[in-house]
Amino acid sequence: MSTDNHDEGHELVPAEPLADPGLPEHLPRPTDVDEGAAKRAERQVATLFGLSSVFALLFCVSYFVFDIGDDPDTVGGLGASNVFLGSCLGLALLCIGIGAIQWSRKLMSDHEIVEFRHPAASPQEDRDEALAALDAGITDSGIGRRPLVRNSLLGAMAVLGLPAIVALRDLGPLPGKKLEHTVWKKGMKVVQDVDGTPIKPDMMEIGQLVNAEPAVFFPQDGEPELSGHKILAEKAKAAVILVRMHPDDIKPTELRKNWGVDGILCFSKICTHVGCPISLWEQQTHHLLCPCHQSTFDLADNGRVIFGPAARHLPQLPLELDADGYLVAQSDFTEPVGPSYWERDRTDLK
Amino acid sequence: MSAVSNGTTPAATPKPNPAGAVANWADERLGIATATKKQLRKVFPDHWSFMLGEIALWSFVILLLTGVFLSLWFKPSMGEVVYNGSYDQLRGIHMSEAYESTLHISFDVRAGLLMRQMHHWAAMLFIAAMLVHMMRVFLTGAFRKPRELNWIIGGVLLLLGILEGFAGYSLPDDLLSGTGLRIADGLVKATPVLGSYMSFFMFGGEFPGDVIIPRLYTAHILLIPGLLLALIAAHMLLLVYHKHTQWPGPGRTEQNVVGYPMMPVYAAKAGGFFFIVFGVVALMGGLMTINPVWRYGPYNPAEVTAGSQPDWYMGIAEGLLRIMPGWETHIFGVTLSWNVFLPGQIAPIALLMLVLAYPFIEQWITGDKREHHLLQRPRNAPTRTAFLAAMITLYGLLWAAGGNDILATVFHLDLNTITYFMRGAIFVIPPLVFILAKRWCISLQRHDNEMLLHGYESGIIMRDAQGGYTEKHLPLSEDRAYTLTARARDEVYAGMSGEDANGVSAPKARMDQLRAKASKAWFATNVQKPTAEEFEEAHHHAELEHAHDAPLEGHAADGHQFDGRHDVAGDDLTHKH
Repeated sequence: MSTDNHDEGHELVPAEPLADPGLPEHLPRPTDVDEGAAKRAERQVATLFGLSSVFALLFCVSYFVFDIGDDPDTVGGLGASNVFLGSCLGLALLCIGIGAIQWSRKLMSDHEIVEFRHPAASPQEDRDEALAALDAGITDSGIGRRPLVRNSLLGAMAVLGLPAIVALRDLGPLPGKKLEHTVWKKGMKVVQDVDGTPIKPDMMEIGQLVNAEPAVFFPQDGEPELSGHKILAEKAKAAVILVRMHPDDIKPTELRKNWGVDGILCFSKICTHVGCPISLWEQQTHHLLCPCHQSTFDLADNGRVIFGPAARHLPQLPLELDADGYLVAQSDFTEPVGPSYWERDRTDLK
Repeated sequence: MSAVSNGTTPAATPKPNPAGAVANWADERLGIATATKKQLRKVFPDHWSFMLGEIALWSFVILLLTGVFLSLWFKPSMGEVVYNGSYDQLRGIHMSEAYESTLHISFDVRAGLLMRQMHHWAAMLFIAAMLVHMMRVFLTGAFRKPRELNWIIGGVLLLLGILEGFAGYSLPDDLLSGTGLRIADGLVKATPVLGSYMSFFMFGGEFPGDVIIPRLYTAHILLIPGLLLALIAAHMLLLVYHKHTQWPGPGRTEQNVVGYPMMPVYAAKAGGFFFIVFGVVALMGGLMTINPVWRYGPYNPAEVTAGSQPDWYMGIAEGLLRIMPGWETHIFGVTLSWNVFLPGQIAPIALLMLVLAYPFIEQWITGDKREHHLLQRPRNAPTRTAFLAAMITLYGLLWAAGGNDILATVFHLDLNTITYFMRGAIFVIPPLVFILAKRWCISLQRHDNEMLLHGYESGIIMRDAQGGYTEKHLPLSEDRAYTLTARARDEVYAGMSGEDANGVSAPKARMDQLRAKASKAWFATNVQKPTAEEFEEAHHHAELEHAHDAPLEGHAADGHQFDGRHDVAGDDLTHKH
């Protein structure tokens, strides 16, 4: 094979130091020269294909033999049915694959073939013809001579974008002020999130954290006020944690002096970074850590951010006691909870 | 250029056999002979690294097959139901229909869990294979002209694959996937001006709403797979049109492609490889648990598991989000959350743009507008290789940062220290890796030149009459030597000369200077292959050396054979010359 010298016009480039020796000679494989070896390879391939059908049949057997259901932990914690179905299917497929590749490597001709490339570009005459055709088309349409047609069409196309956008309007309601309010209101009981039990201060020890929710999620009797996904949407804003600290450890701002009851404070559980529920409580340091991105808040210091990607303190829910001595909210949160958004007005720690 | 012989004569009347009859039937309706006469024996070059993209392709096929199976039972609905299926620990619990049907597939449909796990494993494999394939294409310069558009298609495929994966693992509506959506909601809300509107339109109201699962389902099984399929088809068509790149070697030039024909060799190899990928995925689905949603429980916006991790390909986004300092700007009564907006939106878009634009950036710097069908060894493009090494380092660091809590607990390190370290490391370590990788490539280039000029190190130590020791170097084989020299010489772009520069506008001249500087930084330290004169000189030198070594040939050093490892009986210990 001759080498093609493709750097015509590069006189300054040094000559190629070594000439292309051309394609190496084809060396026969054992299966090319030894009929015994070829027969052996043939048997190997056929055996693999045969094994594949065995495994495929075993897959069908496993499908009917092994129970599934309540017992996902048999056979190494994986479930017997799953292990056998997966293994049989996997081996059935692998045997076909390995057999086919063995066939191609040992028995199919391994003479290399040379194909010539063509440049990606079309030949010049084709380009000229294509351009001429395009020109003819444009001329025939008269689009160049009649700008009024062209411009009004472009305008129509642009305006057609409006229906496409407007039609999507009903994807969802407008945010309005919804992100600024939660279901908390004056006098609403703070209850445990598991069973809705109201909480009295003496039920909490110093250092304890209780996951809590507004009582409205747990209707005592009659029709529930909220149901289904409405509860989830409200829960995504209204979930709180109660913590009890030693009153001397707490450094409330002037405004927040009477937001706690006997060292019990209530904070939003929704991280001000991107909204994960925060729950990792270090009682010695009074730090609350978000398990998603590790923003850390100091609950003794009004929920201030002390580490991590969150930019804002954790909102605090003002607490008081009702007539029966249960913890209730003084009001809704005084600022929006959860992740930041554009319209959220500035709220310094007050 | 030689004509292809099998295309020049018209097809004869088909022989009266069944296959011929089918072919005839089809051709009379589809004209299929003209379309296939060349493609059936199309040549593909052989190299292990050409198989990486194939893994991605076959994973996609497996995803389609297993996905269709899952869609027969999955209910993309957030309607609330009470679980009443086989899994004891969740019985009686309120959950969405999506989660309930996922449990149903896992515990009450035979082979359902297998298909779910295969689907998830294949998705991870799909994205991993695309990424590794992309690195192969990058390192060997296979993205160069005329393949730039295929590089862009590949980049978009990777992006779509990641989005498809995220949509997919959000569908079961378990606690982990809901947490992922919660974070996505936070990212969307951080968008300037439109954030809260986008969030409300996405979730059909306040997060989590009751429409996100059906909407993601449409994206996951129709919209994105349709785009993936179309782009994969375009990717493959361009591959066929351009013909595959090949490594340089004897007889392998820019003008040809040497390898085995599609029919039968690659049909068997690639077809067989499909079954191997499929088989491996089936074994993984059977033997390796993935995403055990029954352990997480249904989604509840007030709960989260410590150590929550997204699928691995979201790791760098997660890492960026975690190490970003808490910066937020309040101005004119609005909030701009840099801490979420920068890592969550700007950084991924910037990264994607850089990836897509890369071939054109490199082309502008090198000024290389030629077609390239021969691959480059990574060492022969030191700057490019070093750039990728730095990017891989950055990827790895962000990935580790995405698991900073896991690192802290596993290695008993301080979480805050890891995070502070990462904030600096992503700016400091990648440049260091760049310098190291570049120097490494250059020394490998030097090594190639040494082997070409002076031969390879044979491991034979010679002692000359003066008692000095030298190692004998032997010449490379002709084929190997040619292969090492089969690369272009780099030309540093010098910029427009002074008199030309007078006539051009200032910004253009500045750009030109920048280009000249970039080209110098790109190429100037590269080692070029030896010239013919250098070969001549080295050859002459080798002859002298040979004359010097000849008398020493074939003698073991006196006494050294008594090392207890050789049979010395009958050894002649005397000098023969």
